[in-house]
Amino acid sequence: MIGVEHLNVHFGSNHVVRDVSFNVAAGETFGLVGESGSGKSTVLRTIAGLNADWNGTLTVAGKTLGHRRDRAFFKAVQMVFQDPYGSLHPRQTVDRILSEPLEVHGIPDAEARIVRALEEVALPRAARFRYPHQLSGGQRQRVAIARALVADPSVLLLDEPTSALDVSVQAEVLNLLADLREARQLTCILVSHNLAVVAHLCERLAVMQGGRIVEVLTEAQLRAGEARHSHTQDLIALSHELEA
Amino acid sequence: MSNLVEIRDLRVDFPTPTGFTQAVRGISFSLGREKLGIVGESGSGKSVTGRALMRLLPEAARVRAGALRFDGIDVLNASERQMRDLRGGRIGLIMQDPKFSLNPVMTVGRQISEAWLAHQKGGKREAREAALALLEQVRIRDPQRVLESYPHEVSGGMGQRVMIAMMLAPNPDLLIADEPTSALDASVQAEILKLIEDLVSARGMGLMLISHDLPLVSRFCDRVVVMYAGQVMEELPARDLHRARHAYTRGLLECMPSLSHKRARLPTLSRDASWLEPRA
Repeated sequence: MIGVEHLNVHFGSNHVVRDVSFNVAAGETFGLVGESGSGKSTVLRTIAGLNADWNGTLTVAGKTLGHRRDRAFFKAVQMVFQDPYGSLHPRQTVDRILSEPLEVHGIPDAEARIVRALEEVALPRAARFRYPHQLSGGQRQRVAIARALVADPSVLLLDEPTSALDVSVQAEVLNLLADLREARQLTCILVSHNLAVVAHLCERLAVMQGGRIVEVLTEAQLRAGEARHSHTQDLIALSHELEA
Repeated sequence: MSNLVEIRDLRVDFPTPTGFTQAVRGISFSLGREKLGIVGESGSGKSVTGRALMRLLPEAARVRAGALRFDGIDVLNASERQMRDLRGGRIGLIMQDPKFSLNPVMTVGRQISEAWLAHQKGGKREAREAALALLEQVRIRDPQRVLESYPHEVSGGMGQRVMIAMMLAPNPDLLIADEPTSALDASVQAEILKLIEDLVSARGMGLMLISHDLPLVSRFCDRVVVMYAGQVMEELPARDLHRARHAYTRGLLECMPSLSHKRARLPTLSRDASWLEPRA
């Protein structure tokens, strides 16, 4: 469903993603793990079309992506960002926020779709005409997820979707993402620095360091601690230490 | 042991158009030269409690307490002058995001020197030397270079080290760390907390670590106070965390995804209305 081959990304003279390759099957959730600065978010943003200076081959649903993406791409691929405080327009109501993707893509039947999207993310109907500042952090992230889903995408790119939330709210949002993925057969890429979160949602994951993928593991291998690369082993040891 | 902090029946209300909202509803605890964790979700009143102790709440806030004392000083009735000595002097506050708590147009060195000069006796040269020594203490590898840097030139973890160095400059008795690592990634989180733990132990200070991450806090503290909706639900030694009795504490522990156990769904917190009832 998603193919990344020999991806390189430069920020000026900084070579931030180095020869990254991986594939994500339809319906699979793939994790990208690493410390800040490892290039994991940059890979995600490049797939989403948010970075200009890249080379390599990117494919989504069999179609090779160019540097300029067409409208069909933006309908099929949607993204949820880390901070719901920053990613929602502060002067737009939830209704307006959810209408925008529908208008952009000329999707009819906005009324029914918005109501359905709010139901899917378990937001009360009353939330529809509120502004983001009138909602809690968890509700805001639900709005961001609803916005991503309202245009019926097939791919969801998740950039640290729960790291700005309380642990109790994180559990709710992770359950929500698992349900939606099931119901809509979504293909997802999840970027996170939290191994436990990645293990919870992903079937496979890649560990990044210094712009490179150092290792690809399955969830079972991760849980069993069968990592070969020392950086992965360090991350796993740390995660166990903080859990205990 | 004489207590550094004594809080008895603290209540904080904020005015809203429809009356007062009760942010903190009668909490009591004390803190010696030890490491105390205050844990709860956003809105539980944990940060407000820390701010109340430094009298940093907005003037509109109504703060009442049976006792609110720092080292015997009655914080509610202290003069502004006394409070200035406490704030930053005897009590240091580390906030969540160094991006916002550091001055973006001042070099790191000048900011640390400023903190030193405000509370210690000495001239500019000594302040600079102190700043350099402090950066070494927070384990910055290239302190000379960092001294000349602006906040945007250092990473998040480094920025938080700078914040800690600045707070340590006046040699405080108590450090309040309010979500000091929530803006950092997992490996840096552990480093920063270890650093805080080491410095607090070495200097014999008290630490109030405010966070929503219960396992993380318990790993670095001696005691944990669990707050919900402005009240203390449970107080327990950190090492007894797995024996927590209160349903809220257990719910907070349960809802974390775990690397060692696989679960199809995460148990979510079902909030019991009785948790909101005033507690004795």
